[in-house]
Amino acid sequence: MSNPEKAMEDRRFNESGIEIEPLYGPEDVVASQADDSDGIGDPGAFPFTRGIHREMYRKRPWTMRQYTGFGNAEDTNERFKYLIRTGNTGLNVAFDLPTQCGFDSDDDMAQGEVGRVGMAIDTLKDMEIAFDGIDIQNITVSLTINGTAAIMIAMYLVMAEKRGFDISKLRGTCQNDILKEFVGRGTWVYPVEPSVRLVADTIEYCAKHTPLYSPVSVCGYHIRESGATPTEEMAHGFCIAKAYLDEGLKRGMDIDEFAYRMSFNFNIFGQFFEQICKFRAGRRQWAKILKNEYGAKNPKSMWLRMIAGGGGSGLTIEQPENNIVRGAYYAMISALSGAQTIALCCYDEAYTIPSEKAQQISLRTMQIMIEEMGMTDTVDPLAGSYYVETLTNQMEAEIIRIMADVDARGGIVKLISEGKIQSHVSKGAYEHQKALESGEFRKVGVNCYEIEEEKPEVAMHPYKVEDAVKQTERLKAVKSGRDAAEVEAVLTQLKVAAEGSENMMPALIEAVKAYATVGEMNRVFTSVFGRYDEPNIF
Amino acid sequence: MNETRKTRVLLAKPGLDGHDVGAKVVARALIDAGFDVRYTGLRQSGEDIVNAARDFNADVIALSILSGSHLPICTRLKVLIEEYQLSDRLWIAGGNIPAEDHETLRDIGVDAIYNTSSSLSEIVAAIKEKTIE
Repeated sequence: MSNPEKAMEDRRFNESGIEIEPLYGPEDVVASQADDSDGIGDPGAFPFTRGIHREMYRKRPWTMRQYTGFGNAEDTNERFKYLIRTGNTGLNVAFDLPTQCGFDSDDDMAQGEVGRVGMAIDTLKDMEIAFDGIDIQNITVSLTINGTAAIMIAMYLVMAEKRGFDISKLRGTCQNDILKEFVGRGTWVYPVEPSVRLVADTIEYCAKHTPLYSPVSVCGYHIRESGATPTEEMAHGFCIAKAYLDEGLKRGMDIDEFAYRMSFNFNIFGQFFEQICKFRAGRRQWAKILKNEYGAKNPKSMWLRMIAGGGGSGLTIEQPENNIVRGAYYAMISALSGAQTIALCCYDEAYTIPSEKAQQISLRTMQIMIEEMGMTDTVDPLAGSYYVETLTNQMEAEIIRIMADVDARGGIVKLISEGKIQSHVSKGAYEHQKALESGEFRKVGVNCYEIEEEKPEVAMHPYKVEDAVKQTERLKAVKSGRDAAEVEAVLTQLKVAAEGSENMMPALIEAVKAYATVGEMNRVFTSVFGRYDEPNIF
Repeated sequence: MNETRKTRVLLAKPGLDGHDVGAKVVARALIDAGFDVRYTGLRQSGEDIVNAARDFNADVIALSILSGSHLPICTRLKVLIEEYQLSDRLWIAGGNIPAEDHETLRDIGVDAIYNTSSSLSEIVAAIKEKTIE
């Protein structure tokens, strides 16, 4: 109920620039509705505003998938087993930077980085050790990797097959969203075009051979971390997802053959209701895009399946225990938003790899919501709120506007290639930082309620050099035990595939089986594709 | 300080760390404060950085590191900085650098260290002060 006489200083806007009124009524819901609105509908039915499943958490709570990985495969396997023991129902794998950027652990570029921010993987051998003893059919695994994702998917599938799993029934996810890596996160390797071709190869291969595996998880997440607003996060994520769908169509596939395996990863930090409405709006808009623009018939193709719960930029190094409270709100937002999976950020994550204790607190936060708070008892409990439905409508309109703007300026792939999206979000980050320093944007413990002379008691994750040494020794041992002629042959085949236009996954799978290293396969690709030349724009 | 020449800052992302939000924000703040800034982009080797610093004739070499690899990176860079005779330049590092490593970094030769909660005004003021000759 807007009041035109309201004084300017009383006006409030959310981060997406939408004005928030002091009170909402039924007329606001009607006024904010689009002319071609499909309404909110029912859970499990188009347009899926209220959730992609009819029973949602009543049937099964969200998957609890804490993010972890460090040192070598043994270290990570041990932490995986700890997380499963404490109640995690999925795994979310962190890889070290050399693995993510395509360097073997003994490469000069890997010096000092092996096993530091995630687990080091050089060959299939490491993948076998990492998942040893873990039932990867029931504990689904998400691989957080992008630049070298095709290699990692090949390794994961070969490992699963060797373990005796039927890969045609294997579930799991790979992040594999290279376009957003050019905007934020930065683990690109090849130029934009061959990078996208690799993503398309995984989509096509998985649609045919591993129909329950999700080869791509499109990340609005990192675009938001890089400085985008919540509506920009969702709009840019959708533009990127559409670019991958278009690649799939170019391969001659029907939209319903592969769109149903597209998944998403969104950020959670920010204002409570803005976040919830972002997801409800996004879910509805994505369903409409698939149905109306792509002509999808299968409702599953229209589902916005998503992981939420991460929000690094919302956490602070100051008064780190406050992050536990923030985490609880993030978990509640994720649950009220209908997330399929929650990977809840940990209170120490603003500065280190989470400790076991921190991981446990995040997990317990979710378990308390399920066991004590009744958060899984009913579907989309906020539906019908005048505020929530109005803001959902407004957020959706803003998402549509931003997507149209991206298209009008040449499309997401072009804008990313030219560094335009990067420049835009980086400007957003700068404005945000200035607002934080001026006190205009309030952050508890940072620019208000600070503790003078605070010396954060921070337990840093120990980096063990001996793990890196062990890793390079194993790499050496694996390499010396291989059939050199076979390795040469599979790498030659990979080069032929890369130089041609065929799908590169079969050649990658053969290379992985011969224990070719990440670095060797990456060198084949860079010899054909070259390396990405980052536009020097900020 | 030469009145007609702006102080030149080379802002570099060494190693494989892809977190560049902070580096870009600092770059914008330094430009607004009147510095001449060159940003290297991601994934720079030690050689890339000293070459860029020499080509640009940078007064300040600023590194952004959030991966935790600051000690090995700075140890290796120190050798190159000496070899390229850039030891007289102001060398600063920012990012996710725990307090317990600050002394080691200073011993290596890093003149100032900033963390993720350092303010832009603090960084700008410090560089201005330290580059006035």
